Amino acid sequence: MATIGIWIETEGGKVKEANFGVITAARGGGGENTLLALLLDGSAEAAQEALAPYGVHKIVPLTAEGADLDQSPDARARALAAAVEKLSLNALLGLATTPGRDLFARLAAYLKLPLASDCISVDVARQTVCKSHFSGKTVATIRMKASVMLCALRPNAVEAQPAAVRPEIVPLTVTVQDPGRVRVLEVRKAGGGKIDLAEAGIIITGGRPIGSAENYKILEACAQALGGAVGASRAAVDAGFAPHSMQVGQTGKTVSPRLYIACGLSGSVQHFAGMKTSKVIVAINTDKDAPIFEKCDYGIIGDLFEVVPMLTEALTQK
Amino acid sequence: MKIYVCVKHVPDTAANIKTAGANGFDDAVCKFIANPYDEYAVEQAVRLMESQGGEVVVVSVGKEAAMATLRSAMAMGATRGILVTVESQFLDSEITSQALKAAIEKDGKPDLIFTGKVAVDTEGFQTAYRLAEAMSLPVVNEILKMELRDGKAVVEREIGGGSREVLEAGLPCVLGATKGLNEPRYPKFPDIMKAKKKEVKQMTLADLGLSAAAARIELVKLEKAPDRSGAKIIPGPSREAAQALVHILRNVEKVI
Repeated sequence: MATIGIWIETEGGKVKEANFGVITAARGGGGENTLLALLLDGSAEAAQEALAPYGVHKIVPLTAEGADLDQSPDARARALAAAVEKLSLNALLGLATTPGRDLFARLAAYLKLPLASDCISVDVARQTVCKSHFSGKTVATIRMKASVMLCALRPNAVEAQPAAVRPEIVPLTVTVQDPGRVRVLEVRKAGGGKIDLAEAGIIITGGRPIGSAENYKILEACAQALGGAVGASRAAVDAGFAPHSMQVGQTGKTVSPRLYIACGLSGSVQHFAGMKTSKVIVAINTDKDAPIFEKCDYGIIGDLFEVVPMLTEALTQK
Repeated sequence: MKIYVCVKHVPDTAANIKTAGANGFDDAVCKFIANPYDEYAVEQAVRLMESQGGEVVVVSVGKEAAMATLRSAMAMGATRGILVTVESQFLDSEITSQALKAAIEKDGKPDLIFTGKVAVDTEGFQTAYRLAEAMSLPVVNEILKMELRDGKAVVEREIGGGSREVLEAGLPCVLGATKGLNEPRYPKFPDIMKAKKKEVKQMTLADLGLSAAAARIELVKLEKAPDRSGAKIIPGPSREAAQALVHILRNVEKVI
């Protein structure tokens, strides 16, 4: 039986949905592990409410003495490091989002422990993980030889399974010495509270044929009907039709949604590197010989400007 | 300024990877390139050198062939190179970072160290952090923008959903570059020729008192990622095809 910590990522004080899959991954096959949800921010009561259906045993809100966690990424990592020690964790899991990857890398470097980031599965009992190597072309199985296993999981890679437990709140105070190396000066929030591409459950992406930034509205309407987010190919980003924050693939974001709809994409290796672990992939392309049709689940041969609005219409009528 | 840039020699992102044995791949049949993110790092360093003077030293831990990546970085303008040779493409990042630290410290005193945000082969996302921690330096990864202000680096990084964070780190520090930081230059022919004559110090892991045997990460298996067999084409005019797709996604795949 192992004691496993899960760093819970929050946004605006709320628990992100992508955490639920990490909890399922931590529970493992037998369900004999004790799961502790570690909070660096957000309300413990809200976390208790959000996490109860997924089988966490304790909610551990961390209070750091001696450091401001909002100002220093190193202080956050060290607070977590102190918790790993105090709670005698056998493993610590979390999301490999942009903040998560940063946090785990700082933590691993500080504790001098091995780390596997962006994993697609984890087996705590065997101390192994599976993760992508060579931009998604191969899957590596890695064994970690360490007293504490550190593992950041790709959002949505493990599907959340319900397992109701009423978790109790057990606050923990740790002493943190901030090395004072890096200081956050400012956070510039993007408007509209858009869901981050890396965590979206459904993504619709437009390639170069989209032709202009303006035309992404067609995809946005469809994304809204789907409750998803909009992505872009590298070619579309390079042409200036979309910002880099929307780019999926090599040199962009790696995503793993349950549904990925690729519109006007040829299906380059580099693009697939960023989305091949999606559950269902749909392609819409005018060229019936486009390589993307060889590597996806469903295809519609047609013009995205015609098909996508029809799709939006079909989605909105019951 | 004395700027060090850590670069990795990796298989081309477009190359086919042929797995070999339980946990290897055939590196003789695939083309290698400089890790794409490292090019943003080299470009940034060279621009700083051009505006402020000093030198840019590129450092790589890799097989003998990694010399090609050092040469390409020097063709972009880096002054000279250091190659720490190892036997395998896969090295525990803790050991890689120790090798980088030892090689850099043996060579000089850095004012700034750049890396790429991640190596596209092992996708480990941690060497910059381990290097910084080993040298007790600040580190910020995935930077999109930077400027030097009063002996400090002020950098910007994306934190998800299009939001950005502005951070400040004292010099020297370790900065991980990502796409958006700059547009890496294409070296011209004379620069490529000049790069061939630039100095490269070469050493082994053992020369630095390190050993790959201390690894705590073991690559047990390397397999080709499963591919989909091909799309089921939904026929018909756009409207009918769209409706049929929605039906499938709703009732068969149950993803919407």
